[in-house]
Amino acid sequence: MSSIQINRRNFIKKMAIASAAAAAATLFPGIIFPNDQLKGLPDGDDIQWKKSPCRFCGVGCGLLIGLQNSKAVAVKGDPASAVNKGLCCVKGYHSVLALYGKDRLTQPLIRRDGKLQPATMKEALDLVASKMKDTIAQHGKDSVAIYGSGQWTIPDGYVASKFMKGVIGTNNLEANARLCMASAVTGFMTSFGMDEPMGCYEDFDHADVFVMWGNNMAEMHPVLFSRMLDQRLRRNGVKIIDFATRTTRTSMASDRSILFKPQTDLAVANAICYEILKNNWHNRGFLQKHCVFKSGKTNIGYGLEDNFKFTDEPKDMSLEQFRAFLEDYRPEKVEKLSGVSAKDIKYMASLYGDPNKKVMSVWCMGPNQHTRGTWMNNLIYNIHLLTGKISTPGNSPFSLTGQPSACGTVREVGTLTHALPYGSVDNEKAREKAAKIWGVPVSNISPKPTYHTVEMFRALDRGDIKFIWIQTTNPMVTMPKLKRYRNGAKKEDRFVVVSDVYPTPTTDVADVVLPAAMWIEREGMFGNSERRTQHFEQMLQPQGEAISDAWQMIEVARRMGYEKYFPWTKENHVGKIWEEYYKFHEGDKHGIAPYEVLKKEPGVIWPYVNGKSTKWRYHAKYDPAAKGDSFDFYGKPDGKAWIWARPYEPPPESPDSEYPFWLNTGRVLEHWHSGSMTRRVAVLHQAVPHAYAELHPSDATKLGVKTGDKVKLTSRRGSIVMPASVNERGLPTEGQVFVPFFDESLLINELTLDSFCPISRQPDYKKCAVKVEKA
Amino acid sequence: MPIKSYLALAGENKLEALRTEVLALGCEAIPAENKDVLIVISETKNEEEDKALLEKLNRMKNLRHLTLVSAFAE
Repeated sequence: MSSIQINRRNFIKKMAIASAAAAAATLFPGIIFPNDQLKGLPDGDDIQWKKSPCRFCGVGCGLLIGLQNSKAVAVKGDPASAVNKGLCCVKGYHSVLALYGKDRLTQPLIRRDGKLQPATMKEALDLVASKMKDTIAQHGKDSVAIYGSGQWTIPDGYVASKFMKGVIGTNNLEANARLCMASAVTGFMTSFGMDEPMGCYEDFDHADVFVMWGNNMAEMHPVLFSRMLDQRLRRNGVKIIDFATRTTRTSMASDRSILFKPQTDLAVANAICYEILKNNWHNRGFLQKHCVFKSGKTNIGYGLEDNFKFTDEPKDMSLEQFRAFLEDYRPEKVEKLSGVSAKDIKYMASLYGDPNKKVMSVWCMGPNQHTRGTWMNNLIYNIHLLTGKISTPGNSPFSLTGQPSACGTVREVGTLTHALPYGSVDNEKAREKAAKIWGVPVSNISPKPTYHTVEMFRALDRGDIKFIWIQTTNPMVTMPKLKRYRNGAKKEDRFVVVSDVYPTPTTDVADVVLPAAMWIEREGMFGNSERRTQHFEQMLQPQGEAISDAWQMIEVARRMGYEKYFPWTKENHVGKIWEEYYKFHEGDKHGIAPYEVLKKEPGVIWPYVNGKSTKWRYHAKYDPAAKGDSFDFYGKPDGKAWIWARPYEPPPESPDSEYPFWLNTGRVLEHWHSGSMTRRVAVLHQAVPHAYAELHPSDATKLGVKTGDKVKLTSRRGSIVMPASVNERGLPTEGQVFVPFFDESLLINELTLDSFCPISRQPDYKKCAVKVEKA
Repeated sequence: MPIKSYLALAGENKLEALRTEVLALGCEAIPAENKDVLIVISETKNEEEDKALLEKLNRMKNLRHLTLVSAFAE
């Protein structure tokens, strides 16, 4: 073996050790390996290392990508990254392998005679442009739609927004972040008037108590979970509370696992507020100066019918009226509904109420994928506002994101039907600003939102939308009540374009498939959960004929006659887009860093003011935009945050005699979303090769099944047969079954319900009724 | 030529015995200082050899659980 080969193998061995050490740190908090054996980890002589945020989750870990012979060969955590400080999770360590699956899409495909057949990129782009143009001519501009992603880069989302909202003039632009973050957005907007967390990940280093609300962080945000566990090791008295509907790895590592019945988190949150007020743990001065109380509509529906509409009507209320509202939520009463003992409710309230403890609440899909998702977000803010524990280091209600740029691309650029890169389409000033920056007549921008995601696919099924372009997402795995939307997409006169990196069930329904450049095969930016924007350069050549999503849209726009709005070159377009996008956010409330700064830094938190990141918003000590000497919730006109009276309301579907189990769906550590990338990474695929139905051991005994036996799950929408899992990774409560959704061969979303929060329009993937039988 | 890393959980107080078993199979072993956990690094010539080794690893007497963490093939 040559010395080069030996060096290469030594290098790989060191990578393997580093991966294992990182995985161990996540799985076994506080684990220590002998330093001398871990020394000298990857530093291969001929490897060039370049920075990038991770491709996968919303934590936004900084990675160093090892490049050799025009290939990405290694990954290590970036020690310069304030996010992960050199740590990585198992997905991050294997992220570059997702670039090299054997069946990468490298050539466009066009459906001819019912089959997808190879075509040139020119043919494919010409066809997409002509179909889009003809559809608009024949059926109007609201008959075409783009459905994008929180995995789009910021430039991808920006081009989509300008193209659809500014140039074509339709608000038929949505992104899959509607399925994961919309309730977080409406929660922030209704409580504070501005989106995204007030704090940052540095809060993990200051908080004394961490309460996870329906959030399996050990698997979904493992690096942040490690930071939390690390704080518990370093500091006395740090407590971690897991408040969830099922026992997970997170529960096992927490100080206290408190289980609640699905949907009753609404009641428990109110009971915590009740206890805080009853015991006078509220911060009177803070409430008087910085908060107002509001009530909204109740019995607000579930969005199950097409064209469902809802508008809330906030009304003023007093603290005393708020107290009276909470009378229904005495812990002893809530105990019966929620299954959480009054003692545990009082314990949680006491943690929030202790004036000497800094408290961080952390949540993600549990409260967000909820038919009352906006309300759940409001209620968590209520607890922090009542106690004044907000906007200071360690006092932080922190909504985590799931995707690498759900914040950066979808929420900040505004790739949702109601949004613009700054403000909403129904705001005249926001439309004028966008029109001026884009160089389009203001009349081009429609003031009316059209279809949110569920309604967009309903419109495709009905035929109101005839043309849809899906980029960087896999709705034929992830849409709830999937059969309806798959059948809709396959209807005769619909035209479906899909841009992706691998074949998926969504490319299966496409008329044109465009191969996309993936992650570091193109330049871009992602924005993570803590308002941090991270740039990555193009490190590799795209495979085959693949081009970036942004450039695909620019090519189509040009073919439709809109070249003047996209005058950039392939080489400079990312920098030029950033310069244009920068104008939307100028000012001290949302200023973003210049392009050159982003290229140099391992991430910059907005508002970026006078060359500095703003780590905590709404407090004058940390935030240059805040007036006065303390809190200023400047998202609201009077600078006051809103505490909402939001009641418990039941879900649209609950277990009954015919369908006696709750179905809860979610993710596993090893797989990213619908699995289209991570299932191509052998080690991740082998670790969890297929979906399974997690059952409580008592239910398994009653059904006569053990791990590996086949069970049949049936809801009112469909059936599926899959292996049971008993006492393995997670432990659902009795009467509950949990199924991960990553497996395209076991499509659990054929069973889920397309109900959604009427305010956020985000579907609830955590609750519907099924029966379970031995198959 | 696959190179793989695993996390191996030893039975209670069986870490050293497990390490001996791992070394006997020609793998590298890095034991944790404070948990019954071992990093195992395997290097084999081909997939068949790798498969056979995995079977042997899984049969180790002092092993409680084995998790594959990373796999590299040249």
